[in-house]
Amino acid sequence: MTVETIPPGPAGLAEVGGDQRPARAQRRRTSSRAVLSQVLLTAVLVLFLMPFVWMIASALKPPAEVFGGGAGLIGSEVRWSNFAEVWRYLPFGRFMLNGLFVAVSGTVVVCVTSVLSAYAFARLRFRGRDRLFLVYLGTLMVPQEVTVVPMFILMQQFGWVDSYAALILPWAFTAFGTFLLRQFFLSIPSELEEAATIDGAGRLRILLQVVLPIAKPAVAVLAAFTFINYWNSFLWPLIVVNGRETATVPLGLNLFLSQNGNQWHLLMAASAISMLPTVVMVVLLQRHLVRGIALSGLGGR
Amino acid sequence: MTVSLPAPPAEVRRAEAGRGVRRGDGRAALGFLAPSTTGFLLFTLIPLVGSLAISFFAWPVLGRKRFIGLGNFVELLGNPIFHQIMLNTLVFVVIYVPLNIIVSLGLALWISPRIRGRGLYRLLFFIPTVTPMIANALVWRLLYQPGGVIDQTVQTLFGVPAPNFLGDTRWAMAAVILMSVWQGFGYNMLVFSAGLDAIPQSIQEAAAIDGAGPLRRFWSITLPMLSPSMFFAMIMTLITSFQVFVQPYVLTRGGPGVTTETMVLNLYRQGFEQFDLGTASTIGWFLFMIIMLVTALQFLGQKRWVHYDG
Repeated sequence: MTVETIPPGPAGLAEVGGDQRPARAQRRRTSSRAVLSQVLLTAVLVLFLMPFVWMIASALKPPAEVFGGGAGLIGSEVRWSNFAEVWRYLPFGRFMLNGLFVAVSGTVVVCVTSVLSAYAFARLRFRGRDRLFLVYLGTLMVPQEVTVVPMFILMQQFGWVDSYAALILPWAFTAFGTFLLRQFFLSIPSELEEAATIDGAGRLRILLQVVLPIAKPAVAVLAAFTFINYWNSFLWPLIVVNGRETATVPLGLNLFLSQNGNQWHLLMAASAISMLPTVVMVVLLQRHLVRGIALSGLGGR
Repeated sequence: MTVSLPAPPAEVRRAEAGRGVRRGDGRAALGFLAPSTTGFLLFTLIPLVGSLAISFFAWPVLGRKRFIGLGNFVELLGNPIFHQIMLNTLVFVVIYVPLNIIVSLGLALWISPRIRGRGLYRLLFFIPTVTPMIANALVWRLLYQPGGVIDQTVQTLFGVPAPNFLGDTRWAMAAVILMSVWQGFGYNMLVFSAGLDAIPQSIQEAAAIDGAGPLRRFWSITLPMLSPSMFFAMIMTLITSFQVFVQPYVLTRGGPGVTTETMVLNLYRQGFEQFDLGTASTIGWFLFMIIMLVTALQFLGQKRWVHYDG
């Protein structure tokens, strides 16, 4: 392991002696320590990823080989057909489409309403602004579970049980997006907007053409995390959706568990499918997300 | 910018009048705020008030609602099973939060600039925080099963079967916590990484020249400078960990017995399996009050250890 880090040629001779010896030895010690650290970290990472590895391995096994002694990582055959079989048991394609529709619509609603209200709170002057914003702030800490019961009753009143609207709208108006974007808008120098005002642009135009281009990274982060939250949401869909027509992916997994709870090869295939969209998104947006978490405080979930 | 079109005279006059003279943007604000505030009122404020109101009623999903004052609260407070459930939630929080902070801080420190490809390590440790919780929990249920990979490994190494992690009262909560830490530490790791990267290298070097060892530098420089991130991470993690639901729902169904039943799992069961909405709402308010109390305590305690001077 450490051999790789010793530079070829003169450095290798440093051991034998010469006046450079202490410095060389020191450097070699630190570099071999760095290698050791990297190797250990990689080992930790591999261990950490084992659940995912095992998920995919089990998803590709024949059913009889998921449990029991001697079952290795790869079964007697690699059965890609398990993934197709998932579709036959339950309309997983439908769940995926439902999930995408709900998550995308929810994200659009959250972003549009948050951008508008955040701009009003950050830049417009009107009576009661600070008091209204304080009310928004006050609800930031309210856990979803507190309002789940009245929300369910509200859905019954609206006749929205089992509908897309019930999956999209109830959680699209929390204070979080408004709060996050307001903070970001406040950090944009207002001189830019004043110049546009003098040029005669209206408020909406200033927001769309001056402020939004600058705030794009913050909106992107809000959009990404909103999408992920909608896609993964489980408690609320479990409460408000009973049928398969509007079920999202986590509900599909739950249905699968209650109907075919012992078909672990299929459950793992279904789980792997459910993870795909958010993983792809995080890989594509990684740089923005890391910065976004740092600047926005979306952490700690 | 693109907006420098010739303006109509009226607009020019308004602009000339200047910002200070204009009396406000009342009408514009109404337009900007209408969509958000309407939804906020309907879907956040009204349900919040409603949930408190419902908790004062015996409120079955079907049938007559009856006002019973603090009846739900009194009944829950006198119920030994609910005590156990609150205790379970507290045990989960008290073990999970420190573990989460230690693991995420440890890895954030470990993935230092000296590690090659640190972005990739960070990304991979972050993945389970964005994959559906129910899928993560299902995978771990497979791992924990008797005959599953953990059991097999233990049998190969020690020749005895592993405990039935999810079915054994002594192991079930530990299994839920371990899975939760695996799933959740990625967020705080990124928060801490960002915090660590923001500490100027020059301070560390100056301290090193003054003869401070690595441990001393960690205690006297890194930790104080990271304390705002720590405070933030702690608050958020505490709040969300009181809300734990999916992990026990999928892994143990709250069992064996009620050993892993948490407050939100109980809320769901009372409300949507027993159809007792009054009790469910009351549990929600208990949860809310506990969260507010703990957060308030955190804010009171922060003066002692959080340093905001940059």
